[in-house]
Amino acid sequence: MAAVLVLVERTDGAVRKPTLELLTLARRLGDPVAVVLGASDDATVATLAEYGATDIRVVDAAEIDDYLIVPAAEAVTEVARSVDAAAVLVTSGPDGKEIAGRVAVGLDSGIITDAIDIAAGDGGPVVTQSVFAGTWLADSAVVSGIPVITVRTNSITPQPAPAEPTVTPVEITFSDLARSAKITGRTAKESTGRPDLTDATIVVAGGRGLGSEDAFGKIEQLADALGAAVAASRAATDMGWYGHEFQVGQTGKTVAPQLYLAAGISGAIQHRAGMQGSKTIVAINKDPKAPIFEIADFGVVGDLHTLVPALVDELGKR
Amino acid sequence: MAKPRPVLVGLPSGATPAATATEPEGPHEPMKIAVLVKYVPEPTATWTYADDLTIDRTGVEGRLSELDEYAVEQALQLTEKGLDAEIVYVTMGPAKAIDGLRKALAMGGTSAVHVLDDSLHGSDAMTTSLVLAKAIEKIGDVDLVIAGMASTDAEMSVLPSMIAARLGLPQATFAATIAVDGSTVTIRRDSDTDSREVVASLPAVVSVTDQTGEARYPSFKGIMAGKKKKVETFSLADLGVETAAVGAGAAKSVTRSADVRPPKQAGTVVTDEGEGAAQIADYLVANKLI
Repeated sequence: MAAVLVLVERTDGAVRKPTLELLTLARRLGDPVAVVLGASDDATVATLAEYGATDIRVVDAAEIDDYLIVPAAEAVTEVARSVDAAAVLVTSGPDGKEIAGRVAVGLDSGIITDAIDIAAGDGGPVVTQSVFAGTWLADSAVVSGIPVITVRTNSITPQPAPAEPTVTPVEITFSDLARSAKITGRTAKESTGRPDLTDATIVVAGGRGLGSEDAFGKIEQLADALGAAVAASRAATDMGWYGHEFQVGQTGKTVAPQLYLAAGISGAIQHRAGMQGSKTIVAINKDPKAPIFEIADFGVVGDLHTLVPALVDELGKR
Repeated sequence: MAKPRPVLVGLPSGATPAATATEPEGPHEPMKIAVLVKYVPEPTATWTYADDLTIDRTGVEGRLSELDEYAVEQALQLTEKGLDAEIVYVTMGPAKAIDGLRKALAMGGTSAVHVLDDSLHGSDAMTTSLVLAKAIEKIGDVDLVIAGMASTDAEMSVLPSMIAARLGLPQATFAATIAVDGSTVTIRRDSDTDSREVVASLPAVVSVTDQTGEARYPSFKGIMAGKKKKVETFSLADLGVETAAVGAGAAKSVTRSADVRPPKQAGTVVTDEGEGAAQIADYLVANKLI
C-alpha cells in the first residue's frame, strides 16, 4: 500500500490528539508513516502503533529545536521523497502550515490547508474544507505532485487500529538555509491544568460582556465544573482580560468541540469563523439580537454575571 | 550598503542557501522593505463562488486585508523608530486590487507594485508564491519582506514560508514583535506552549500577527499624498513567467465542488427569569453533554 506521511506533534513528550486524528485519516489513504521530530521513546512508539503507524521515521537532530520551521520542513520533505509518499498530512496551526508550505515547494506539489475531512478518491485524496467563515463546504484535490494537506484539529474522532511499526532513525543533511533563523530564547508558558483548547471536548468562552479581567474567574469556574478548556473572543484578549493563546476566531484558534458555551460573546463573523464547527453551541448574552443566537442550539438571554455562577451551582447539584 | 541579493530558488530542486556574508563597510543606502498585501472581499459581505469555483471577487466590495494592515503598520513603525528604509507594497490581483495598494500608500510608505495579468486568475498558493517571489526579485535589493499572518479570504498562512523557500531567504514568521538592527531581524513568536525569540540575518522574510498592534487610519493628508505615490504594474512578461505556468490551468490544487452549508437549524432561545441556569443544565443533560 501507498505510504502516507504523518508529521507527529508532541507536547511534553506526549503525542498530541491531533496526530491521532491524522493517523486515522492516513489509514484511509494507505499505510501511515509517522515522522517523529526529536528523540523518540517507547511511549511515543506505543501510541503511534496503537493508531496504526506501520513505519516510524525518527529525525533526532539538534537543528529541529534550534532553528525555526526550515529543518522540520526539510526533514519531512526528505522522508516524503524517500518513502515515495502518496500524501503528506500535517496538523493545521502556525508551525504545521508553514512546514507544509515549504514541503509543497520542496516537492513541487499542490497544497490544501484546513481540511476537515479526507477520503480516498480515484485520482488521490478528496479533501473537504469548510470555507468562507464556515458557510460553504468545498471538495478539493491536489492534481500535481504529492498532495500536502493540513488538517484542522477535532475534525474527526481518532480510531485506534493497532499495528506493529518498524522504527528507523533518519539522518538529514540540512541546508545552510535550515540554520538561518535561530531560536535564541524560549520561555515556556505556564500550564493551566485544563484541557488543551484545540483538543478539548468542551470549551467555555468569554467575551466583551464579561466587562473585566476579574470576571474571567467565573468563566474558569464554569470550565472547571465541566472539565472544559477556557477560550476568549478577540475583544476580550485585545483588552488584556485573557491570554491571546486562548483566542478563538479568525486570527486565533479554530475549535470544533462537542460543546461550545459562549458567555458575553456577540458572535461577530470573525469569532464564528473559529467556532461554528462546534457540534453543540450554547450561548448566554444579554442582547436578544446578538448574532451568536443565530447559530446557538440553545441560548439564554440574560446576565452572564448571575447566570454563569448559577450554572456552576446547578452543575454541582447534578 | 552592499548586501547579498535574494537568489530565486528554481523548481523543483529545493532550497538554495542565501549568502549570509557579513556586511562590508560602505556608503550608506536606505534599506528596502517590501510589504506583501492582498485585496480581499469584505469579511462582512456574503461570499460566494464564481462559476469556475474561484472566490467571486466581482460581486462584493473589497478591501485591503485587515491582517495585512498589521504588516503595513509594522513597516511604518520600523522607519519611524529610525530605520532608514523605503517601503514598497506588493500585491498580485485584479485591477481593483490597486485600491488595496492605495489604502496602504495612504497609511504611509514610498511606492507600490501591482502584479496584474489576466492569466493569473485562478492561481493557487504554489503559483502565487512563485509570482510574488519573482516580483520581489525584480524589485531588487530587498532587505526585508513583511507579510501578514494570513489572508482573510483563503486564510492559508503559507505564503510567507513558501516565498522564503523560493527566495532562499531566512524566515522569521508569525511575529508578535519585530525589531531590526541593520543586519539582523529579531522577532518573538508565541505558541500555545511557549514564546520563542528568533534571530535571522537580513535579507529575510517576516510575517506579523495581529498582536503587533493596531494599524493606523490614513489621515486626510495621507490619503492625498498616497494618490500621488508611484504604483508600477508588473505583467507576467515583466517577471519572465510564462502564462502557461500560472492561473487555473497550472494550479496544482483545485476545488472540484462547493456547496452552501445547510443553514443551522434555529435553536431554542429563552429569556432568563431566574431559571436560565437550570434550563442550560437541563439542556446539557438532555443532550448527554454532561
